[in-house]
Amino acid sequence: MIRLEKRASPSRFWLYATPVVAVLLTMVVGGVLFALMGKNPVEVIRTIFWDPLFGEFAFYLRGQLLVKAGPLILIAIGLALGFRAGIWNIGAEGQYIMGAICGAAVGLAVFPTENRMIYPVMVIAGAFGGWAWAMIPALLKTRFNTNEILVSLMLVYVAETILAKAATGFLKNPEGMGFPGSRNFSSYPAAANPELIAGSGLHWGGVAALVTAGLAWVLLTRHIAGYQIRLAGQAPRAARFHGVSPGRLVVLCMGLSGALAGLAGLFEVTGPAGQISIDFNTGYGFTAIIVAFLGRLNPLGIVLAGFLMALTYVGGEMAATNLGLPDAAIQVFQGMLLFFLLAVDVLTNYRFRRSAGALGAK
Amino acid sequence: MDWGGIDPVILVATLMASAVPILLAALGETVVERAGVLNLGVEGLMVIGALGGFVTAVHTGSPVLGFVGGAVSGALLSLIFAALTQVFLANQVATGLALTLFGLGVSSLGGQGYNGIKPPATGPLLPEALGDLPVVGPILFGHDWVVYFSILATAVTWWVLKATRAGLIIRAVGESHEAAHALGYKVNRIRLLCIAFGGAMAGMGGAYISLARVPQWVDGITAGAGWIALAIVVFASWRPWRVLLGAYLFGGISVLQLNLQVAGSGIPVEYLSMAPYLITILVLVLMSSGRGRAAVGAPAALGQNFHASR
Amino acid sequence: MKRRTLLATAALGLGLAMGGSAFAQGMEKVKACFVYVGPIGDGGWTFQHHQGALDVQKAFGDKVELQWQENVPEGADAERVLTQMALGGCNIIFTTSFGYMDATNAVAAKFPDVKFEHATGFKRDHANVSTYNARFYEGRAVQGTIAGRMTKSNKIGYIGSFPIPEVIMGINSYYLHAKKVNPDVQLSVVWAFTWFDPAKEADAAKALIDQGVDVIASHTDSTAPLAEAAKTEGKVIGFGQASDMAEYKDGPRVSSIIDNWGPYYVERVGALLDGSYAQKDTWAGIAGGEVLIGEITAAVPAEVKAEAEALRDAIAAGTYHPFTGPIKKQDGSDWLAEGATAPDGDLLGMMFYVEGVVGDIPQ
Repeated sequence: MIRLEKRASPSRFWLYATPVVAVLLTMVVGGVLFALMGKNPVEVIRTIFWDPLFGEFAFYLRGQLLVKAGPLILIAIGLALGFRAGIWNIGAEGQYIMGAICGAAVGLAVFPTENRMIYPVMVIAGAFGGWAWAMIPALLKTRFNTNEILVSLMLVYVAETILAKAATGFLKNPEGMGFPGSRNFSSYPAAANPELIAGSGLHWGGVAALVTAGLAWVLLTRHIAGYQIRLAGQAPRAARFHGVSPGRLVVLCMGLSGALAGLAGLFEVTGPAGQISIDFNTGYGFTAIIVAFLGRLNPLGIVLAGFLMALTYVGGEMAATNLGLPDAAIQVFQGMLLFFLLAVDVLTNYRFRRSAGALGAK
Repeated sequence: MDWGGIDPVILVATLMASAVPILLAALGETVVERAGVLNLGVEGLMVIGALGGFVTAVHTGSPVLGFVGGAVSGALLSLIFAALTQVFLANQVATGLALTLFGLGVSSLGGQGYNGIKPPATGPLLPEALGDLPVVGPILFGHDWVVYFSILATAVTWWVLKATRAGLIIRAVGESHEAAHALGYKVNRIRLLCIAFGGAMAGMGGAYISLARVPQWVDGITAGAGWIALAIVVFASWRPWRVLLGAYLFGGISVLQLNLQVAGSGIPVEYLSMAPYLITILVLVLMSSGRGRAAVGAPAALGQNFHASR
Repeated sequence: MKRRTLLATAALGLGLAMGGSAFAQGMEKVKACFVYVGPIGDGGWTFQHHQGALDVQKAFGDKVELQWQENVPEGADAERVLTQMALGGCNIIFTTSFGYMDATNAVAAKFPDVKFEHATGFKRDHANVSTYNARFYEGRAVQGTIAGRMTKSNKIGYIGSFPIPEVIMGINSYYLHAKKVNPDVQLSVVWAFTWFDPAKEADAAKALIDQGVDVIASHTDSTAPLAEAAKTEGKVIGFGQASDMAEYKDGPRVSSIIDNWGPYYVERVGALLDGSYAQKDTWAGIAGGEVLIGEITAAVPAEVKAEAEALRDAIAAGTYHPFTGPIKKQDGSDWLAEGATAPDGDLLGMMFYVEGVVGDIPQ
């Protein structure tokens, strides 16, 4: 009989080795899947993991990794703070949408004024939109003890309806001849979020993601609020004895994650997406939850997880287009990768032991 | 009876059928969460159940076997989740989300070639004469068997959780796995069974969509029903009859808003469209504010993995 | 699952004499690439585009290499997929959703040698961007005629996705032609606020049926409304949307609008092969073969079928325009004078109901 035994302290070796093992396992099992589908497994795996980084078109795709990873990281860091404190914001997608709408509305309201203050004000409006949307579940939680999972999730659907209304109504491009969708920010320099260095994929959203990761790391390890967050998650009762107000923590964590999601939405709508449209949101808010946990709720881990996730998207697209794989096969492959990453993590904190003799127990 | 063109009898009858998928899935998830496991992969389980049920029904020609097939495929997929979270102690939230991604992908791959096929029909259970009775006919007698099954399942789930030894064990495991373990219960094994049950119920709920609600297979047919089911469990404070209430409330408002549109109510459509979500929130606020903290009752060990160190 | 079709603006384009880019010499082999907004298995919009792509392969065999990508979200992702395709050697790229409009033009600017074909949009900012679309409202006219004749309750229904001109155009055309043959007809519109959600579409159809509607047209993607109608065992009829939905032929489906992109795709790729390719804006309908009217089944009486087919043929021949005056707007103001036909620009930006339609357009 083989059983798990908890390690006295997490293994540093496995902490770094597990992601590698997981990726290797995924390559093997995924390779079998692709082979069964009649594709050359080596070619598919190379297309997904190697080509975006070092292939013929890596000069373009490396930047795209940043474009894709930026919003995921930004949202995931906010969520991770809440998750650590046991606060379940599942509705980042809605906050992302509302941030985009609020920020875009500010910019479009002053069109076509050119002023250097416009973009900063839009950024604040975007963060505000996400923050305000997250405050609904936060306040309902603190005032009425309403479960934040349900409220934040339901508000995603409400936000999607508001988005449709914005795209077909109040933010519609007046020069778009009745077509839905707002003006495109790429043709409005004061409100646009262009690539900062051509070809790098880096825009203000990417900068914000990396800066936020650094700040979050400092917050969690050096600041009293970070200590309170960690304590509230690990030992809620002890936290209360230490004077941590659960209500304030909810407002802080929900507010932060909402504001960051709103920021992500604003950077996306003014940059890569370019405009408010009916289908503007593409699920970053949900994917970011996975990213947060893959990154072990650790800001630096989240940065890595965000890039890995982006790699499977970009590489997966390449494989689908160039090798004729159905998109569903890529989804299955991504799912497998996540499963393996989550499964092998057990080795960090546990070890496998034969429990033949009674002495094996601790 | 007639309210501005809307017949309340037909409305009630319709909502009972339209709530079945989320009701079944939410009941399953209630048991899972009562055992202390948070499985966010309900959407993936439902969609795989929708495909499994559809394929089984098409090949066997039997809609009843189809539902069994849906339940089995949901349960099988949920075993991946069970293995990851109970054996490898993986994070439940992330594993559940990955399960959704995986389930959508697998169903889409497996469903190729099943577009445009009609499954065998799931018709009303009772003789038509009963269903034609005024008022009570459509509401009580006019449904297919799954609608009755879903109500029965609510009752059984409630009874098992409340009054049986099995229910007591499940709740004990969900409230404090340490204590349950100390009493000699195999925490992980019990949870694994609950997860499989939840998978089967979600699978069956999905099968209801592809076999009865919208008898056909298309990619992504569940279109987010699993997420609503998750919300309904929370709404219901993990209690089976409230799950039924929540599913009927949500289903009812969804159906009502469409009926109001048809009837030309004058209420702007976008507000009607948001109504199911907003009213669910509002009702939950009213319910949770009245009784204070104790009433909310999330299982204490929800979402935490258990490892028996001894 | 979401998406996009919108109508193109021929208004801008019709007058343009696409100058310049004549591509004198042909090509030995063409790599034709397609960007899809949904999965091929959606049974509707994307499925039909993919059928068109396969027609290209059939027509040219070895001279064409196909590539496609499913489930491409609009915005940044579309731009990346397009860039990858262009870098990867695609000669012509078809972007099959309205939401790809800005991405298509942005990438086209960077790859002047690659041809871009954008469905249902109106922007052709660069010489290598063409647009194409289909006049679905012509098909709606045929459906409206059948609906007006076939309804027994005089209540007909329409399930809309989003309040955008293409959908509103279809609603108006459907209503006008139902009204023409049956002055007592009433139209109920339900907005689903989604392109694809089978359960919700079924619920919408059920709501219509429960309130006495017995002919349903839909502008969402799935066959769910037909499936719901099938449960009434013949009391309610409906139409196939985007694809023929022939599996419901022995049930409620009495006809259909089929998006038939094949001829256009074959023409464009063929033009690239033989060197006659030039930028253009296409808004073809029944006449051009882009909109097909699926077989009208035996459930429809012969004289109604004949009437519907006569209408179809008149539209095809160009002797009849579905929007021919006198037509008033919903608020009673004049839109088209006696004998006048609707300018394309009015249609493409259509955000009003015609007189007689009840309810407001959400906006």
